[in-house]
Amino acid sequence: MTEPALLSVEGVTVDLPTPRGNLRAVDHVDLTIGAGRTLGVVGESGCGKTMLSRAILQLLPKKAKLSGRVMFDGQDLVRLQPERLRKLRGRSLAVVFQDPMTSLNPVLTIGTQLIETLQEHLELDGVAAKRRSAELLAAVGIPAPEQRLTQYPHQLSGGMRQRVAIAIALSCEPKLLIADEPTTALDVTIQAQILDLLAREQRRRHMAMILITHDLGVVAGRTDEVAVMYAGRVVERAPTPELFKKMRMPYTEALLAAIPKIDAAPHTPLPAIPGRPPDPTRPIQGCSFSPRCRYAAGRCYREKPVLADAESPGHQYACFHPIEAAAGVCA
Amino acid sequence: MMQDTRQSSSRDPLLRVEHLVVEYAVGGKTVHAVSDVSLQVARGETLGLVGESGCGKSTLGRAVLQLRRPVSGRVLFDGQDLAAMHGDTLRQMRRRVQLIFQDPIASLNPRRRIGEIIAEPLVIAGVKDPRKRQELVCEVLSAVGLDPGLVTGRLPHEFSGGQCQRICIARALVLNPEFIICDEPVSALDVSIRAQILNLLEDMKARFGLTLLFIAHDLAVVKAVSDRVAVMYLGRLCEVGPSEQLFARPAHPYTALLIEAIPVPDPDVRPAESVPVGEPPSPMSPPSGCRFRTRCPRADQRCIDEVPELRPVAPDQFVACHHPLIATG
Repeated sequence: MTEPALLSVEGVTVDLPTPRGNLRAVDHVDLTIGAGRTLGVVGESGCGKTMLSRAILQLLPKKAKLSGRVMFDGQDLVRLQPERLRKLRGRSLAVVFQDPMTSLNPVLTIGTQLIETLQEHLELDGVAAKRRSAELLAAVGIPAPEQRLTQYPHQLSGGMRQRVAIAIALSCEPKLLIADEPTTALDVTIQAQILDLLAREQRRRHMAMILITHDLGVVAGRTDEVAVMYAGRVVERAPTPELFKKMRMPYTEALLAAIPKIDAAPHTPLPAIPGRPPDPTRPIQGCSFSPRCRYAAGRCYREKPVLADAESPGHQYACFHPIEAAAGVCA
Repeated sequence: MMQDTRQSSSRDPLLRVEHLVVEYAVGGKTVHAVSDVSLQVARGETLGLVGESGCGKSTLGRAVLQLRRPVSGRVLFDGQDLAAMHGDTLRQMRRRVQLIFQDPIASLNPRRRIGEIIAEPLVIAGVKDPRKRQELVCEVLSAVGLDPGLVTGRLPHEFSGGQCQRICIARALVLNPEFIICDEPVSALDVSIRAQILNLLEDMKARFGLTLLFIAHDLAVVKAVSDRVAVMYLGRLCEVGPSEQLFARPAHPYTALLIEAIPVPDPDVRPAESVPVGEPPSPMSPPSGCRFRTRCPRADQRCIDEVPELRPVAPDQFVACHHPLIATG
């Protein structure tokens, strides 16, 4: 990737004060994404992936303390005036959340919510905005779009609501779409439809997309690059095929192994990861995965490994005892 | 892995559900939650029950325990019809059947200590001696991998989701049941914890000689633990068969669609550009004939007119479809 990054997250750290002490939700994260590219951010609950997306969008809770830089299209969002930020969000920087029931306004019709966005950012008149709204609904696969404009969110199914949320996000032709667990609340057949829709629109519009999920299966065939997060940090980052075939970080390996595989025989015991993620209010001195890692040794318990380059370009991992590069296949 | 799995459903069924119908009223309309479902679970077997939300799989699980009374049909547990039982007789039978729910934190009383929570079924069952109760509580807690000394005096909020699910499993085991209905036991858990709980359920099944009805929406999870799998759609059974066979050669178009829709964690497997198959209709007004027909690429006039009966397509594999994907022999 020689083109300048559309978004670059530089040393972003998010601290949240809690009654039990400071909670470091995001810990010195660096990420970049180029125009028209897709980045998957994968991790389990509490790993900081949602807080990271909120840090990018500048939608953190009031009490949160953010440090670092979020460079988007040449400007640092952290230091941008609220007025300019508001113009940017919803226009060139859009988001789709997990639960479309709570991200849509329940007392406004679908049409009002779409038209509002279009008028705010694109200065369309009422007639044009309404026509554009219907086109957008049709584009995201909603049948009878004109009628849907007059309906309220509760009158639609979960899948349809998520399509509406995507239509609103796409309405102003954003340069970057952040999709935070967009299909977690949906059934598996609907999930496939929504992921296809996102992929199709992303390609068609040459839009960059960050797909945040807990499911490695969701990012496998649908992203250019994947970043794996654990306990607030990015622990491995690589082009998607490389990550799955030549992973170096033991957590990535363990996470992939723990997923039940559809082609495995019934009653095959799963290689579970022992223990559970660390309490984010009690930071671990060494590598945060060390208490659960089967390769951990002396140094892992004392020092935090930094994200370092692997042999192949674009691949980074944070581990003192990385898994040997897969012998045979491409080594 | 631990015991030979009885694939044949005809052998020694512990549970037999016959023509079960469950309906309930919502706002003056009737929800056809379970419509004429028959299935059986052999002793020592795990039957997986899959389907998307609203397909009636949870209602079926609850109707087995008579937590929701069926409109018609029989639920034969060890030969006796639970649907015809009331009061004390039903309570006696329920001891032999336990239930584990999806949300482990919500299913534990937040104000009671773990020791009391697990002992409660024993109190209800009439185990009078507190020392005996304590002994049994410690035994099941150790079995699920928790240290009784550290756990019994604490409250549910002090535990993570995975630990709470272990506590729920311990509570289900304390009465030494024969049959456990697991309703989405791992869907609220993270991947790394999910594998621990699935392995634990497998261990407990072998150790206590359990029979399981495992309800879930995730096919890969269901396949990992089940000997046979039943697929439900909008209140009806689509297909039943031995796990491996069903996944290798699905006969019902809906089963095939479900399998295809699973995201595979392998970048070489390009996600199939799914055919636009729409969304499930409302269970308040299910389609006539085959309920899947509105989303089925194979549907024709016959599927509109006639409800497909469950019939054999392969050894131990049954399908309710007029145009199955494998030819009937």
